[in-house]
Amino acid sequence: MEKREAAEGKKRKIWAGVLSQERLAEGVFDLWLQADEIVRESGPGQFVSVYTKDASRLLPRPVSICQIDRERGRLRLVYRVAGAGTKEFSRCKAGDSLSVMGPLGNGFFAGDTSDKKKKAILIGGGIGIPPMLGLAQELEGERQIVLGYRDGQLFLKQDFASYGKVYVATEDGSAGIKGNVIDAIKAHGLTAEVIYACGPTPMLRAVKAYAREQGVECWLSLEEKMACGVGACLACVCQSKDIDPHSHVHNKRICKDGPVFQAQEVEL
Amino acid sequence: MINTKVNLAGIELNNPVMTASGTFGSGMEYSEFVDLNRLGAVVTKGVANVPWPGNPTPRVAEVYGGMLNAIGLQNPGVEVFARRDIPFLKQYDTKIMVNVCGRTLEDYEEVVERLAEEPVDLLEINISCPNVKEGGIAFGQDPRAVEKVTRGVKAHARQPVIMKLSPNVADISLMAKAAEAGGADGISLINTLTGMKIDIARRTFALANKTGGMSGPAIKPIAVRMVYEAARAVKIPVIGMGGIVTPEDALEFLMAGATAVSVGTANFFNPYATVEIIEGIEDFMRDNHVGNITEIIGCVK
Repeated sequence: MEKREAAEGKKRKIWAGVLSQERLAEGVFDLWLQADEIVRESGPGQFVSVYTKDASRLLPRPVSICQIDRERGRLRLVYRVAGAGTKEFSRCKAGDSLSVMGPLGNGFFAGDTSDKKKKAILIGGGIGIPPMLGLAQELEGERQIVLGYRDGQLFLKQDFASYGKVYVATEDGSAGIKGNVIDAIKAHGLTAEVIYACGPTPMLRAVKAYAREQGVECWLSLEEKMACGVGACLACVCQSKDIDPHSHVHNKRICKDGPVFQAQEVEL
Repeated sequence: MINTKVNLAGIELNNPVMTASGTFGSGMEYSEFVDLNRLGAVVTKGVANVPWPGNPTPRVAEVYGGMLNAIGLQNPGVEVFARRDIPFLKQYDTKIMVNVCGRTLEDYEEVVERLAEEPVDLLEINISCPNVKEGGIAFGQDPRAVEKVTRGVKAHARQPVIMKLSPNVADISLMAKAAEAGGADGISLINTLTGMKIDIARRTFALANKTGGMSGPAIKPIAVRMVYEAARAVKIPVIGMGGIVTPEDALEFLMAGATAVSVGTANFFNPYATVEIIEGIEDFMRDNHVGNITEIIGCVK
């Protein structure tokens, strides 16, 4: 019998060197990693699994890729401390190393169905803001960037400014429009051919409804608790409109089929 | 020269290391990380007669030294599985053990009948899933039901039948003996232990299913004890699993009486775990002058 030879995959689990880490806002950290093998294959909208050194915590923390420095093989992760695992990451300093697997997921242009030159609205809510930065960098048309924050700690806002006009909404009204990202879009009368969004589920639900109302193409990046991160364990499914190709039910795998989905594909 | 081959219910495996059902899909996703040709066998995710949608999310939660899962046996059904997953696995020099799930005895029978003419080496019958309401664990906690399901499946199966047992029982040896009495060609254990986690910030269950199956290194001592008890109770081969992370863990199970072992949760935090364990067992054999792996299987009485 002709046996199939093992093939080198695109995903790697490596020890990545920490180049720098700083705190951007309350509980939000900005981490640069040296991760050549992962960077080589990465695109905007993909994510990595980060593992704790504490062996009592087994599961990966999925973290979206904020920026990719292809020339120097560097990866930028901006994440929020949500528990003891991410707390451990936040203590890392330059010279430390972190166990990272990636790149994972499809990213924004995996399906090649989206035109980079279209007039776009990029929407980030809370810790859904970081992946929009890598996307803003990659897009080529007009970019209108709408960022939703809880309060006046406007992390990453400056970074977006070189890619397009930035509009801010805050829950407490301390900066920009008081309200949510949809309020900001309406207040500024923004229009687009395509919308990209990442953020909490209620925000994504509102964005999906808004895009449908306006008849605009819309891409959403989702998240869920994960175990394997590669599509094997079926922990992180979302409800899909169509029968999914993997299990032939209505459950797409966020880690493998996503995290980016066309808005009408998924039930939120 | 060391010999790592084991005979599992008449099927020769290149080595005793397999994957635990549900943690490795049908191998496709992990073939990016490990050479599937190196594995003794790939044990697939449970497959039913028709597609199952599984449970609502969240389906997993982390606990100290382990995890809880309540996937609910989401699977595409045996037709798609036979068309897509078996041909994929047949490209590799590894054995194929198909894990079979069902809600009723008839469900199990339908699946094993459908697989009878497929190039599958072994069948593992899941009568121990804690996350489905019917079938699953309900069959695995009563020795009469274990024997009945085993006999029913055996009557329809062409391949050797391994019954996968639940640890959520008072006396595992009774279940092992019941499977043997029903004609099982082997048993595998342990499936997950039923657990619960409360999310104190949200004041609710961490899993949508409320309860889930606990796996990971924290459960290993329980699994080793149960494999030891089961192996002493029956003459058919035992497959040991439960929290195997390192080669040393796998060796404990072999010495406790397991003919083969399955690596599960470790795949999630180390996608290279299976092959690293195989290499570590080989190193142990060389370092300790063990020429044939069968010398250490069940060596601890």
